[in-house]
Amino acid sequence: MSEMSEMSDTTAALNSIRGKVHRLGANVDTDVIIPARYLNTTDPAELAKHCMEDLDPTFALRVQKGDIIVADDNFGSGSSREHAPVSIKAVGIGCVVASTFARIFYRNSINVGLPIVECREIVEITTEGDEVEVDLVNGTVRNLTKGVTAQAVPFPEFMRNIIEAGGLVPYLRHKLTAGNGDGVPIRQEADEVDLAHD
Amino acid sequence: MTITEKILARHSSKDSVRPGDLVMSKVDLAMANDITAPMAIDAFRKIGVPKVWDHDRIALVPSHFVPAKDIASASLGMRMRTFAHEQDITHFYEIGRAGIEHILLPEDGLVAPGDVIIGADSHSCTYGALGCFSTGVGSTDLAGVLATGEIWLRVPETLRIVYSGKPGKWVVGKDMILKVISDIGDDGALYMAMEHTGDTIAHLSMESRLTLTNMAIEGGAKSGIVPPDEVTIGYVNHRQEVHGRQRPFEALVSDPDARFARTLEVDVAALEPMVAQPSLPSRAVPVSEVEGQEVDQVFIGSCTNARMEDLRTAAAMLDGRKVASNIRLIVIPATQDLYQQALHEGLIQVFADAGAAVAAGVCGPCLGGYMGVLGPGERCLSTSNRNYRGRMGHRDADVWLANPAVAAATAITGRITHPDSIVPMGALV
Repeated sequence: MSEMSEMSDTTAALNSIRGKVHRLGANVDTDVIIPARYLNTTDPAELAKHCMEDLDPTFALRVQKGDIIVADDNFGSGSSREHAPVSIKAVGIGCVVASTFARIFYRNSINVGLPIVECREIVEITTEGDEVEVDLVNGTVRNLTKGVTAQAVPFPEFMRNIIEAGGLVPYLRHKLTAGNGDGVPIRQEADEVDLAHD
Repeated sequence: MTITEKILARHSSKDSVRPGDLVMSKVDLAMANDITAPMAIDAFRKIGVPKVWDHDRIALVPSHFVPAKDIASASLGMRMRTFAHEQDITHFYEIGRAGIEHILLPEDGLVAPGDVIIGADSHSCTYGALGCFSTGVGSTDLAGVLATGEIWLRVPETLRIVYSGKPGKWVVGKDMILKVISDIGDDGALYMAMEHTGDTIAHLSMESRLTLTNMAIEGGAKSGIVPPDEVTIGYVNHRQEVHGRQRPFEALVSDPDARFARTLEVDVAALEPMVAQPSLPSRAVPVSEVEGQEVDQVFIGSCTNARMEDLRTAAAMLDGRKVASNIRLIVIPATQDLYQQALHEGLIQVFADAGAAVAAGVCGPCLGGYMGVLGPGERCLSTSNRNYRGRMGHRDADVWLANPAVAAATAITGRITHPDSIVPMGALV
């Protein structure tokens, strides 16, 4: 599983993301993001191949690393499958900008380190192929093609802590293994655990 | 406070909470299935604690791709089984003794009013029918619960739905929730709790209530809840007794001055069976508006509608009849226990005689994984919960959602049919 180990690097490095827009509509559900027939694997590279397949079979082939998805309301609705944000991240999408996100998808994205922002103002004026820049530090979203800048809905402080830690796993690993009173990690070797099935 | 606020306050050691508060809540039961558990197990190992927080409060349920549909699915099952054994998970269910988690766990007496239940499956909102707070999360969030027994939650605003009137002969929980989603839209309850209230609730079986809360997620909601009453308490006590459990619980209800973000009124007495047209649950209309639409496959099953009430309704219509020649009917009772009960009552015989394919205890075609995947251009009427594009197979297949009576009537005629059109023939009626 590479998505977890990549998480800290990606979130820390990507303070600002600039890319070409793939403009999607409303209610992009997890069944079209990654159809259930591919859920017999957890391999990000395999999931990436089928990202958005039922919406647009050419999507995974067209995405360039760092491209940005801009979508209307209720992005990521439906199933709790974490395979959905994993496949979007693995196919190379740098950030998803939507008017609103479905709540399980929202949590999952933060947990797997896929940058997402809510910014209706930008969504409404953005079209396919525009160039958009998202500053994850100060929360500004800029459509460079249209020359419009807007402020994204900020993350609550609690979530910012998880994002800054690099996701829920490193956040909890630090809390549970380093904060045990005497400062001695409970299981330093956690990273070396051999996951025979990976 | 609302019921939901009260439950979350108690689980985060606070006197009161308000919508928007972020709380660290204790969890009474954590659940994952064969698709979500393997990813959760990987994340759990990376968190680095050696043991789960409580091996008695975790349920691992194979339900989606079992019996293994291919080698990759078999490997997912192996990862879950190995972990269950290594962590000595009390509630690990093996196939043949299992079922669809959202029907299995309440039947197994593991759900009680006042609980906080977190499941790595979006339909984990189902358990709220028993008066608990329950919601779906992804695998990494579930891993956090496995490690700590806690989860951070934003206290949701509540959408109160007030149902009035006695449901007509063919109207069940499915029609009520489809009506609600058609009114509010697919994200009309985004981030909210749906609280199902009103005089109609007293007329609803536990089965119908579980369908109401099951589809909270299709309206975007975080959770759905039915205030516990005599029906709830009778059911919970009975299920605990059957399985030799004795866990005390607290049946909480909303205060008279509780604040709701919005109240929606639904006149159930005037409601017809509803059918959601492709490809969104919110495209639900009364069955009379879509009657005559030809379909290729009918599916009676899923966590939404595969309980005894559903099976009895369908069997009563199919008794003494045959499935239309152009139709493939698939019936999947949700759990092994329900399959046995249906066998005992003669329902399985009725389905088999009618020409249905019968399986047991799995999600089946609901999510298009296997066991009834739709080809290009095929049409299916299903008692499940989602008709999104590609949900049950090919992206150009169409899915209509309906209750089991409409499904059985449709299987008999080959076209979407109002159950009133079918004159009962058999002894089961």
